[in-house]
Amino acid sequence: MTTRSTLLTVLSILLLLHGGSPATGAGPSARDAQREALVLEIERDVRETAAYINRRELDERVLAAMRAVPRHEFVRPADLELAYQNRPLPIGHGQTISQPYIVAIMTDLIEPRPDCVVLEVGTGSGYQAAVLGELCRKVYSIEIVEPLGLQARQRLGRLGYDNVEVRIGDGYYGWPEHAPFDAIVVTAVASHVPPPLLKQLKPGGRMVLPVGTRFTTQQLVLVEKHVDGKVTTRQLLPVAFVPLTGGHD
Amino acid sequence: MTETPGRAPLISVALVSFAALGSEIVLNRIFAVVHWYHFAFMIISLALLGFGASGTFLAIARRRLLSHYAASYLVSIASFGVLVIVSPLAALSLPFRAEALLWDPWQPLWLVLMYLVLAAPFFCAANAIGLALMAGRDRAGRVYAADLAGAGIGSVAVLGMMYWIWPEGLLRVVGAVAFVALIVGAVELKAMPVRWTVLAAAGVTLLALLPSSWLRFEPGPYKALSQALRVEGTRVLLERSSPLARISVIESSGMPLRLAPGLSLNATAEPPEQLGMFTDGDAIQAITAATDDPARLEYLSRTTSALAFRLAAPHHVLVPEAGGGDEILRAEQHGAERVTALELNPQVMQLLRETFRGYTGDLVGRGGVQLEQGDARGFLQRSGQTYDLIQLSLGGAAGGGLGGLNEDYGYTVEALRLYMQHLEPGGFLSITGSIEIPPRQGLKLAAMGIGAMRAQGMLRPSHRMIMIRGWQTFTLLLKNGDVTPDEVALTRAFCDEQSFDPVWYPGLERRDTNHRNQLPEPWYYDGVQALLSDTAARYLEDYPYRIRPATDDRPYFHDFFRWRTFSESFAARKRGGMALLEAGYLLLVLTLLQAVIAGATLILAPLRLLAPPHGLGRAGRLRIVLYFGGIGLAFMFLEIAFLQKLLLVVHHPTVALGLTLGTFLVAAGAGSLWADRTSAARARRTLGLAVAGILLLGTLHAIAFDAITPLLAAWPGPAAAAAAACLVAPLAFCMGMPFPLALRELEAPLVPWAWGINGCASVVSAALATLIAVDLGLRNLLWLALALYALVVLAFPSRGAGIQWKSSL
Repeated sequence: MTTRSTLLTVLSILLLLHGGSPATGAGPSARDAQREALVLEIERDVRETAAYINRRELDERVLAAMRAVPRHEFVRPADLELAYQNRPLPIGHGQTISQPYIVAIMTDLIEPRPDCVVLEVGTGSGYQAAVLGELCRKVYSIEIVEPLGLQARQRLGRLGYDNVEVRIGDGYYGWPEHAPFDAIVVTAVASHVPPPLLKQLKPGGRMVLPVGTRFTTQQLVLVEKHVDGKVTTRQLLPVAFVPLTGGHD
Repeated sequence: MTETPGRAPLISVALVSFAALGSEIVLNRIFAVVHWYHFAFMIISLALLGFGASGTFLAIARRRLLSHYAASYLVSIASFGVLVIVSPLAALSLPFRAEALLWDPWQPLWLVLMYLVLAAPFFCAANAIGLALMAGRDRAGRVYAADLAGAGIGSVAVLGMMYWIWPEGLLRVVGAVAFVALIVGAVELKAMPVRWTVLAAAGVTLLALLPSSWLRFEPGPYKALSQALRVEGTRVLLERSSPLARISVIESSGMPLRLAPGLSLNATAEPPEQLGMFTDGDAIQAITAATDDPARLEYLSRTTSALAFRLAAPHHVLVPEAGGGDEILRAEQHGAERVTALELNPQVMQLLRETFRGYTGDLVGRGGVQLEQGDARGFLQRSGQTYDLIQLSLGGAAGGGLGGLNEDYGYTVEALRLYMQHLEPGGFLSITGSIEIPPRQGLKLAAMGIGAMRAQGMLRPSHRMIMIRGWQTFTLLLKNGDVTPDEVALTRAFCDEQSFDPVWYPGLERRDTNHRNQLPEPWYYDGVQALLSDTAARYLEDYPYRIRPATDDRPYFHDFFRWRTFSESFAARKRGGMALLEAGYLLLVLTLLQAVIAGATLILAPLRLLAPPHGLGRAGRLRIVLYFGGIGLAFMFLEIAFLQKLLLVVHHPTVALGLTLGTFLVAAGAGSLWADRTSAARARRTLGLAVAGILLLGTLHAIAFDAITPLLAAWPGPAAAAAAACLVAPLAFCMGMPFPLALRELEAPLVPWAWGINGCASVVSAALATLIAVDLGLRNLLWLALALYALVVLAFPSRGAGIQWKSSL
C-alpha cells in the first residue's frame, strides 16, 4: 500500500499545483510576439495544406487581422497562457473558441473586402466576429446562448469593435433587416444550410461553414451563390494529408 | 507457514461476483452516457485491473490476512459494498472530460485518478474472492465455480433489470447484494454474524437513504444533448433507459429542432416542427410532427436519400432502422402503400406507438405501416418477403471516428447480399451516409456493394449501381437488375434539380462529375471506378484508410484506421485534423497499452522484486505467468469471439451479451465444480482431457458454427437462444477446468499471484481480442484462443519446473 499512497500523494501535489497556478501576466510586447508566432504557424500550415484548400497563402489582410485581434481577451482567465496556441479552448457554456488556423481559413474563404457586410451565425466568444470586424465594414453576429452573446457584445464593445453588432436569437432565420449580405460565416455545426440564410446571401456572395463536431472540424464547406442565382459548394480539408491514390487512369 | 481452515464461503463468493460483474455492466452504461462509448470501455477496463492489483496485495499481505481470515474476508466485502457506490460518485465528480484532452495537459492525470478511484471496489471484491481461493484452495474448483456462476447469473440479472431500473438505481441494487453477501459470509464463516448483520443493515439503510440527486449522472457538457439544453426554452420531455441506450426526447421553443441532414441547397422550406431524440446524450434523431401543409414536408424529397423514390414508385418499402420515423414518413410521402419498419429498441417503439402517437399523427399505426422489433438481418432471415425498396441510413455526420470499433452486422458484405436477395426484380437497396474528406464510408460501401453483387453471381455490378452526393451526404443504390437509360436520365435530372452530383451510373464520364459540390478531385468517381476495375485490390491496399469491405468475420464497417497514415493524421491533429485520426481504434490501442503497462507494474515487477516464495525459480515464475496469463487471455478471446457469433443468432446486442456471459460463466463454473471432484493425482490427465475437449469443440465451432447460424437465426428468438446456449455450453464447461486444476496444485503463497495474473490477462485480453478481430478477423481470434489453450498445457505447473507443490504432496 505504500507505493499506492506515495502515488496518490504525488498526484495530489501535482493537482494542487495545477489548481493553484496563477495566470501568466505577459505584457503587450510578449502578446504581440505570441500573435506573430501564431500567424507564422498559420502561414506554414496553409502552405502545407495548399493541395486541399486550393490556395498557397492567405490574403495579407486576413493575416494582418489575425495579428491585430487580441485572442487572449476572448479566452477564460485560466487559459491565458494558452491563448496563442493553435487550438480550440473552452469558453464556458459547453462552447469553445475556434482554433485560430480554422478562423483564418474560414475568413480567407469568404474573401472579405473593406466595404463588405457580413453575417455571422454563432458568436461564441466573439473572436471570429472581431477578426471579421478588422476586415469588413459591418458585421452582424447572432448567438443563441444568451450569456455568451451578452459577454461577447460587452467584450467587443470594450475592445472597440463598434462595427460588430451582436444579437441574441436563433440564427436559422438570419438577420433579414440587414440582408442581403456579401458573406455569411456559420461557426456552429448545422444539420443543413438553412434556406433563409441562402436567401439572404447576395448573388456573388460566399458562405462558409464547418462540418464535424464542435472540436474536430472534419472539413469546411464553401457555398458560392453565383450571379445567376445558382449555388455550388467547395469542400475543403483544412489540414495537410496524404494525396489520394487514383489507382487507375 | 500459517495455514487456515479450508472453509470456503461459496454463497457469499457467488454474491460478491454477482455484484462485481453487475456493477461493471452498470458502470459501462453510466460512462457511455456521461462520456463516450469507447472512453467508457477504456475506463472500466482499466478499473478492472483492481483484480490484478488484488493479487499483488494478497501476495504481500497473505500471512497477516490469513491469520485473520474471516475478518479480512468480511472487511473486503464490506469495503466493496461501500465503494461500489462511492467510487462512481467520486470518479464522476472528477473534472475529466475527454474533449478537454485537446487543450488541457492535466487531463491525463484526472484520467489516471479516475482509474484508481474506480478500481477500488473491484480491488476489494477481488480480495474477498482471492482470500476464499487461498483459504480453501483444496476446494479451489468450488470457489472458482461459485465465482463464475455468480458472475454469470449477475450479468444476466443486471442486464434484465436494466429494462426496469435505471443504472443509477442499479448501483443501489448491487451495493445491497454486496451487503447481503456480507451477512451470508459472516454466517458461512461463523464469524460474529450478528455484528456483521447490523453493519450490513446499516449499509443497506444508507444506500436506501442516499438522495437520488446524488445518483443522477448526466451527459458531459460537450455532448449534443447538453449543448441543446443550454438554449433557453429547451426542455427534456421524457427519458427512458435500457441496456441498449438512454433515450432523451427534447423540445425547444428557443431554437426549434430542424433535422434534415443532406438537405439540398435549393430547398426553400424548412422542416416542420420536430422533437429531438438523443441516444446516450448524442446521436440525435427527429420525431416529426404531423402537418397538413405539404410544403413543410418538401424536405423529404430534397435529400440524396430521396433518389430511389424519384426513380421508381416503390409499393412496399422496408425501413430497417425506424428511429424517430423520418424514413417511414419519407416512404409515405412518396406514395408507398406498405412500409415495414424495424426498430431494435422497444422503448423507442413505445414512443412512436403510444407516447407520441398524437404528435406524429399516428405515424406507425395508420394503415400500411407495420412496425416490428428486431434488426434487418434477423427479420429477413425469418421472412420470405421481398421489397421494392430497402432504405438504409448510416446516420448523421460522422463524429470523428469514435464509433470505429462497434461491430455492425447490418453493414457487411453478407448483410448486403441478404438485403439484395429480398429485393423484388427491379427493386433498389438504398444506403445513405456522410460525405468525408478523404472519402471513407462511401467508398467502403461501394466496395461492399460490388463484393455483394459479385458474390450473388451478378457479373456486371457497374450496370446495377447508381451513386450520387450532395455537400453533406451520399446515397448508393444497388439495383436488382440493370439500371435503365430512363433511370439514368431521372438521376441526372434529380441531380440538376437539387444541386447534387452524380458519382456513378452506367456510362457516366469523369468530366460530368464534381461540378456542383466540388472536391479538389472527383475522388468518389475515381474511387468507384477503381473498385470496379481489375486494380481494385491494389486501390484498397494503397488507400490511406481501411476501406476494405467489412464482412461477418470482420464486422467493423466504421473502422477506417490504418497505421500507414497514422503519423500524418497524428501530425495534423493540432491543425484541425483530429477527425482524421479515427480515434476509436486508437483508444483501443491506448487501452491495451495502459493495461499491459499497469499489468506489468502490478504483477511482473512485484513478482520480480519480492523474495521468491518458497524458492520459486525463474522458470517457475515464467510458467505461472504463461499458464494463468494464457488461460486468462484464451478464455476471454473465446468469450468475445462467441459473443459476436451469438449476435448473429439472436440479433440483439443485450440478449447476445447476456446469453454469452450467462452461458460461458455458468457452464465454466460447472466445469470448475467438476474439476474439483478430480483427485490430485489425476489433475494433469483431467487438464489434458479438458483442453482436448476445448480444441475439439472449438474446432467444430470454427468450422461449422457459421454454417448453422442462418438456420438458427430463422428460429423463433427463445428457441434460437436456447439452441445456441446448448451448443456453446460444453465448450465453456471444459474452459472452466484449467484454472482450478492448476490453482489447487500450487503452494499457498503462489495462489494470489496466479489470481492476479489471471485477472490482468483478462483485462488485457478484452482490448486485445477486439484489435485482433479488427485486424485478423473473428475466425483467427478463435484459432488463436485454441492455440493458447494447447500451449498452456505445456506450462502446467509441475514439480520439475521449479514450482513448489503444496506440502501435502
